[in-house]
Amino acid sequence: MNVLQFILQNHMEVIDLTTEHLWLVGASITLAVFIGIPLGVAITRWPVLSKPVLGGANIIQTVPSLALFGFLLPAPWIGARADRIAILALMLYALLPLIRNTYTGIRGVDPAVVEAGRGMGMTDRQLLWQVELPLALSVIVAGVRVATVLSIGLATIAAAIGAGGLGEFIFRGLAMVNNQVILAGAIPAAALAILADTSLGWLEKRLSPAKL
Amino acid sequence: MTDSPNPGPAIEFRNVGYRLDNGTTLLRDLNLEIQRGETLVLLGRSGSGKTTTLKLINRLHRQSTGAILVDGRSLEEWDVIRLRRMIGYVIQEVGLFPHFTVARNIGVVPQIEGWSSERIQHRVTELLERVGLEPQLASRYPRELSGGQRQRVGVARALAADPAFLLMDEPFGALDPITRSELQREFLALQQRLGKTVVFVTHDLREALRLGTRIALMESGQLVVTLTPDEFVHSTHPLVADYVDAFKTEISPQEGESDAPAE
Repeated sequence: MNVLQFILQNHMEVIDLTTEHLWLVGASITLAVFIGIPLGVAITRWPVLSKPVLGGANIIQTVPSLALFGFLLPAPWIGARADRIAILALMLYALLPLIRNTYTGIRGVDPAVVEAGRGMGMTDRQLLWQVELPLALSVIVAGVRVATVLSIGLATIAAAIGAGGLGEFIFRGLAMVNNQVILAGAIPAAALAILADTSLGWLEKRLSPAKL
Repeated sequence: MTDSPNPGPAIEFRNVGYRLDNGTTLLRDLNLEIQRGETLVLLGRSGSGKTTTLKLINRLHRQSTGAILVDGRSLEEWDVIRLRRMIGYVIQEVGLFPHFTVARNIGVVPQIEGWSSERIQHRVTELLERVGLEPQLASRYPRELSGGQRQRVGVARALAADPAFLLMDEPFGALDPITRSELQREFLALQQRLGKTVVFVTHDLREALRLGTRIALMESGQLVVTLTPDEFVHSTHPLVADYVDAFKTEISPQEGESDAPAE
């Protein structure tokens, strides 16, 4: 078990890179939540927009991540710092699950419940905040979960443009042809992903309104 | 808002038509006056336009032609949110908010109307009793209730802000015959005390005869005739007679057994 030894010996660097990794993921997911959820809500209000918005988010997902990091390099302000590029790229990838889950979550609310609310004289805002969002919340959290896990994995590639994170170990290990070093990056990254997946999964279950 | 100074009919349809965007006509030439304090039953088979008619009143649908007047004012003059809050609405699927307790469900309209929490709580307790539910149920969630209890909560919710009007879309349609009969009886008792203007949609002739002060028979998007229950059973109008006959044959084989013990 030399990997463990290596991690223990370099624990300061492991902690630093993990922190960087969490910063990249945390910042990008936060941004994606603030952009993706309102967009998801918007396309339930203006259904004509649903196709272009979901289509656009879909197209972003098909761009290979390394290429997307590369495309953003010459961008003004963003391109000046590697972590900005990484955060923007990861945010763009996280948009699709967030928009889609918000949209399907709200659309999936029992139409009778929505009609009853409307018929009783709830305004659109009241309906959204008191009925639709709470009832769609577990589906939206499921989107956050998918986006977070995806983003933890993708963030390792950000090291290729110098944005840091646990990918540093992976790329260094590849260059050195040293599996220990690769695993020193891969294992903590995988652990983060599993942790995010289980905790958000737990939250998702707790928020599920229909424990029927 | 209950004692409106306007002496005319509570709700009035004038040459109302409703057409979908794709051109299908669901309702045409509807002329109907609903008087204050009466229970007007819209009777008809599926697709006859009765639910559409109901939803035109609280603006869930918007008529394509003609005018609808509530309290003598055309619907276009009403603020739609204000209008809906003075019209209680009960539907077959109940549509209770699954993430709200019974108390919060009943208190929805008072809450968005800005009542104080004590006043809401007081009102909820009063309404639970009025619709025949135990006060302990207030803290339960809809999924923990039986179908009949849920529908009672639905009625209580519609009555919460003391609306002058009540729109009921097959509210008892999904219940077993005994519970349905019970709720019909309670509805009559409640209506006797409250005297709301009620528009009640059903396809069940027996329900219509029992609850309605007048019955409006609808067929393929048109109003056929409006009669009192007594006139209805004796009418020689072919469509009315057909409807009555259909129900006679439906209940004759096990008559008495299928009907719940009433009053």
